[in-house]
Amino acid sequence: MINTIWSQLVTLYRVLLHTFTPADTVQYPEEMPYLAPRYRGRIVLTRDPDGEERCVACNLCAVVCPVDCIALQKTEDQDGRWYPEFFRINFSRCIMCGMCEEACPTYAIQLTPDFEMCEYDRQKMVYEKEHLLISGQGKYPGYSFYGVAGKTIKGKAKGEALNEEEPVDIRSLLP
Amino acid sequence: MVELISILIIYGVLLGSLTGAAILIWFERRLLGIWQDRLGPNRVGPLGIGLALADVIKLFAKEDWIPPFADRLMFVLAPMAVMIAMLMGFAILPYAPGIHVADLNIGLLFFLGMTSLAVYSVLLGGLSSNNKYALLGGLRAAAQMVSYEVFMGLSLMGVVMLTGSFSLVEIVNYQQEHTWFIIPQFVGFVVFMIAGIAESHRLPFDLPEAEHELVAGFHTEYSGMKFGMFMVGEYLGVILISAIIAVIFFGGWLGPDFLPPIIWFAIKTFIFICFFILLRAAIPRPRYDQLMSFGWKYMLPLTLINLLATGAIVLWLQA
Repeated sequence: MINTIWSQLVTLYRVLLHTFTPADTVQYPEEMPYLAPRYRGRIVLTRDPDGEERCVACNLCAVVCPVDCIALQKTEDQDGRWYPEFFRINFSRCIMCGMCEEACPTYAIQLTPDFEMCEYDRQKMVYEKEHLLISGQGKYPGYSFYGVAGKTIKGKAKGEALNEEEPVDIRSLLP
Repeated sequence: MVELISILIIYGVLLGSLTGAAILIWFERRLLGIWQDRLGPNRVGPLGIGLALADVIKLFAKEDWIPPFADRLMFVLAPMAVMIAMLMGFAILPYAPGIHVADLNIGLLFFLGMTSLAVYSVLLGGLSSNNKYALLGGLRAAAQMVSYEVFMGLSLMGVVMLTGSFSLVEIVNYQQEHTWFIIPQFVGFVVFMIAGIAESHRLPFDLPEAEHELVAGFHTEYSGMKFGMFMVGEYLGVILISAIIAVIFFGGWLGPDFLPPIIWFAIKTFIFICFFILLRAAIPRPRYDQLMSFGWKYMLPLTLINLLATGAIVLWLQA
C-alpha cells in the first residue's frame, strides 16, 4: 500500500517536471516537417536522359499494387518503343506502400517526398498520365532502360546496348 | 443599495462560474498538452482561448437528439440536475470578506447535500438512456459516489469540531485566528481531496465515464447541449471542489496584504484546479473493485481514526 501511494506520488512529480520540457509538436502549415529523400509520398513517372518516357507498360506495378489503384494500357510507337497509352493512379485508394516502385524494372514509377494532395472532390484524386509524368529523371539520373536492354528500337540495333555482345551469326561456320 | 450589491454578487458568481467552466475545457486541454509534451489547442484566437467560445457555439448548434427508446422525462431532467446542484454549491462559498451569496450557518452541510444531489443526475442519465453502456456507467457512479460520499462528509467533521460551526465564513475566520487547517487536519485534507475527485468523477476516478471501456459511460446517448450540460456540470464540480478545498484547508481569502482577498481566493482555487488536471495527466484509472476496496478498507478507517483523534485533542484542550 505504501509502495503504491509512493509510486503514484513519484508519477505526479515526474509528470509535473514535464512542464519544463519543450513540446515535440511541429506546427505543420507554418513549419514544414523534414521529409527524407526516400519518403513515400505522391507517385510520379520519370523520363530517361533522352527525355523519353521510362515506362514500358509492363504492368508489374499494377499487378503488385495491393489496393489495385494503378491502371494502364500498353501500346507501341513506330520506333518500337513500348509505352503506356494511358496510365492512371487513383490516389484516393493508394496507400503509398511503394511496392510499385520496387516492382518497376525501369525505374519509371517513383515515390516522392510530397503528401500535400488533398482535394474536396474525390474525382480529382484520380491522376492521369499527364499529371503523373514529370520532365526529370527522379532518383536514378542517367539510367536508360533501352540503353541497357537487348530490345531493338529505331536508332539502336542488336548488340549496341551497354555491355552487350555482338549478335552471333549461328549460320556461319567460321570460328 | 445592499440588495443591488447582493444581486450583483449573485450574477457575478453565476456568470463567473459558468464562464470559468467553459474556459476550463480549453485550459485543461492546453495544460494536458503541456504535460504530454505537445501544444494542445492553440489555433482559435490568442493561445487558442477562442476554443471555449467555439465549443459553446458548437454545442448549441448541434442537433439535440433524444433516442426513441429513452425515458424522455428522466433523460431531459438528468443533465439539468447536475448543473443546478453544482451551481447551488457556489452559493455558499465565501469569496472575500462580505462577498458571498449566502452565509448559511449549515453551509458545509448544504455543500455536501448539493454534491450528493449531483449523483442523481449521473444515475438517472445512465438509467433513462436505456443503453447497456450507460447503465453500466450509472451503476458504477451510484456505487462509487455513494461510498465516497460517506467519508467525504466525515473527513470535514474534524474541521467542524475544531471550528464549532458549519458556516464557511466561520471556518475561514477561525483559520485567521489560528492556523490554516492543512496543518492540524492534514489527513482530513488528503481524504477530502480523494473523495472530491471521486465525487466530481474526474480521472483517475472517472469510472462512470471510462471512455476506454464504456464508450462514454452514463452520457453515451447524450448529444448537443444536454451533453454540454454534463460537461459544464463536471467542470463546475472541479471548480467547486477546488474552491471548497481552498476555503476549508487553505484559508480561503486569507493571505498577505499586497493582494486583495478575492485574488488570494482565486489563486488558491486555480492551483487546485491545476492539480486536478495534473492527476488526469498522470494517474491511471483503478479497476472497479480496487476503487471500492480502497474506499472502504483504507479511506473510511483513516477518516474515522482522524475523527477520533481530533475529538480527543479537542476534549483534552478543553479540559
